[in-house]
Amino acid sequence: MSERPPERVRVTGPPRRRASRPVRPRRSQIDDATLVGEIYLTSLLREQLRLGLTGLAVVVLGLGIWPLLFWLLPDLAELRLLGFPLPWLVIGFAVYPFLWLVGWRFVRAAERNEEDFVALVETRDRP
Amino acid sequence: MNDAAPGILAVTLVTVATLAIGTWGLRFSRTTSDFMVASRTVGTRLNASAIGGEYLSAASFLGIAGLVLVRGTEMMWYPVGWTAGYVALLVLVAAPLRRSGAYTVSDFAEARLGSRSVRSLCTVIVVLVGWLYLLPQFQGAGITLQSTIGAPRWVGEIVVPVIVLINVMSGGMRSITFVQAFQYWLKLTALLLPLVVLLFVWWGDGAPHPVDAPASGVDPATWALPLAGADAQGLYLTYSLIVATLLGTMGLPHVVVRFYTNPDGRAARRTTLVVLALLGMFYLLPPVYGALGRVYADALVLAGRGDVLVLELPRLMVGGPVGELLTALVTAGAFAAFLSTSSGLAIAVAGVLGQDVTGRPVRGRRLSGVAAFRAGCVVAVTIPCVLALTVPGVGVARAVGLAFAVAASTFCPLLVLGIWWRSLTRTGAMAGLIAGGCGSGVAVLWTLGTPPGSGWASVLLSQPAAWSVPLAFTTMVVVSKLTRAEVPGDVHRIMVRLHTPEQVQLDRELTRRNPAPDRAGWA
Repeated sequence: MSERPPERVRVTGPPRRRASRPVRPRRSQIDDATLVGEIYLTSLLREQLRLGLTGLAVVVLGLGIWPLLFWLLPDLAELRLLGFPLPWLVIGFAVYPFLWLVGWRFVRAAERNEEDFVALVETRDRP
Repeated sequence: MNDAAPGILAVTLVTVATLAIGTWGLRFSRTTSDFMVASRTVGTRLNASAIGGEYLSAASFLGIAGLVLVRGTEMMWYPVGWTAGYVALLVLVAAPLRRSGAYTVSDFAEARLGSRSVRSLCTVIVVLVGWLYLLPQFQGAGITLQSTIGAPRWVGEIVVPVIVLINVMSGGMRSITFVQAFQYWLKLTALLLPLVVLLFVWWGDGAPHPVDAPASGVDPATWALPLAGADAQGLYLTYSLIVATLLGTMGLPHVVVRFYTNPDGRAARRTTLVVLALLGMFYLLPPVYGALGRVYADALVLAGRGDVLVLELPRLMVGGPVGELLTALVTAGAFAAFLSTSSGLAIAVAGVLGQDVTGRPVRGRRLSGVAAFRAGCVVAVTIPCVLALTVPGVGVARAVGLAFAVAASTFCPLLVLGIWWRSLTRTGAMAGLIAGGCGSGVAVLWTLGTPPGSGWASVLLSQPAAWSVPLAFTTMVVVSKLTRAEVPGDVHRIMVRLHTPEQVQLDRELTRRNPAPDRAGWA
């Protein structure tokens, strides 16, 4: 990166205000419970709650559809694949990898949300 | 009594190993200042094994196979729900619960709402749920020893509580992680190895397909249908069971305690993910015992002894010393199931009793922390032990299912709303806990006290979660809205504590009242 321009130097007159405020990270806004801090916190909360409810909805739908399906179409229970009855394949085997995958996706997304939050609040704003 | 020798040997070995690992864990933990810090360096895998070991109770080890044998595929919703419950726990409460620093649900309630009365109510519910869960464990121990060594039922119902008491009172919370991690792998092995042999035997026999086997229980079509009957009641029962297990897991006292041993919120999530894998692996196995039982263990269905299927099946399918060896192995696994779950529950119940009941000053005198914990242990174990001896057997998985329903109707709304909804008030929480607790509690008493009926009232009461959970949630929200003035002033700080990653330096201390203390265990 040799073609990088030399660092800019700001040329100014004497400062009008003597004491400039110290550079504080944004997280202090949360401690002070300012409006901005509240927005930071609420955005994290909303994201995580949305994620959690999505995960729960996927599980509820993924599991909940089956009793209804078997209730409406009882013949489905007699279907066999490779000798296994369909209900066994679904709620005896397939359900466990499904649940783990939902959990895995959730953990990754939740950690990413938290990393975004850390990056956001650890930024130091110019006073 | 030559028949009994392998069973006695297995039970003795598991007991000795449990006590030995407990002692070894105790020594390990002495090298650090306290157990909780030690567990923070142990890592997610050991922690997850311990959670799995504690969670897989007699209901998982014996109950499911028996129910699948007798009632059919509908009963496989139990293990599915018990696993899915960990997904609900993971997505809604795992990380915030750890970050709250609460050791029990009572601690959480007090830290979140700043109310001693909500705390006391939580303690009462923790104790009741714990007892309801301990009762079938002890009764399961009774039928296990009856089946394998021919001892009368009361022997197992006294032996297991006594061992639990010795183990918990001497080691306390310090040593239990290692014991429970060991017991998960023991349980998995004890179920997997015999199953491999049995499947080979079944294959070699050229015996019929389990669904087509001429069993005396339900007919093949009903057996294969994953519903509790083909009518609307069956559909209701199935959905209600799913609700209870999905939402009840997060409120079980021994599960909450285990989350405290994670180093931080992020680790709590990762641990839960490993737990999901461990449970999924284990729960593949018990239903297969149930299916094989349809071919080989018809006599058990006729005798109404489905709960002992896992213990009897090796002997029924394989004769001679191999059969005896496999029987000894499953007996060891079953015994590990009783010990680990009972120990975890005893610790959780004794923990809240030690804080809120036996630790209270009586006429100016007060027991020390350890003495109060030990006194709590005695109460926590003795009462369900006496109940197990006096109440007729209620079916291992059914009684545990009711404990889940109570937890789902009380602690699930408290935790979920407490973590995600700022406007929860102490009066709202109280009202919701009472509504859900009374609703599900009446249902439990009705179900345990009366024979099963076929009317809608009886069906609604035998599996209450589908109505009692929404009732508790609605009550909590409505009453909180009516008492809006009571919202704690520092709710902002509580939300910071629950939700922000620990690496961000923020003020997490709760002012004007005691935060849930970062307690260093009990011993």
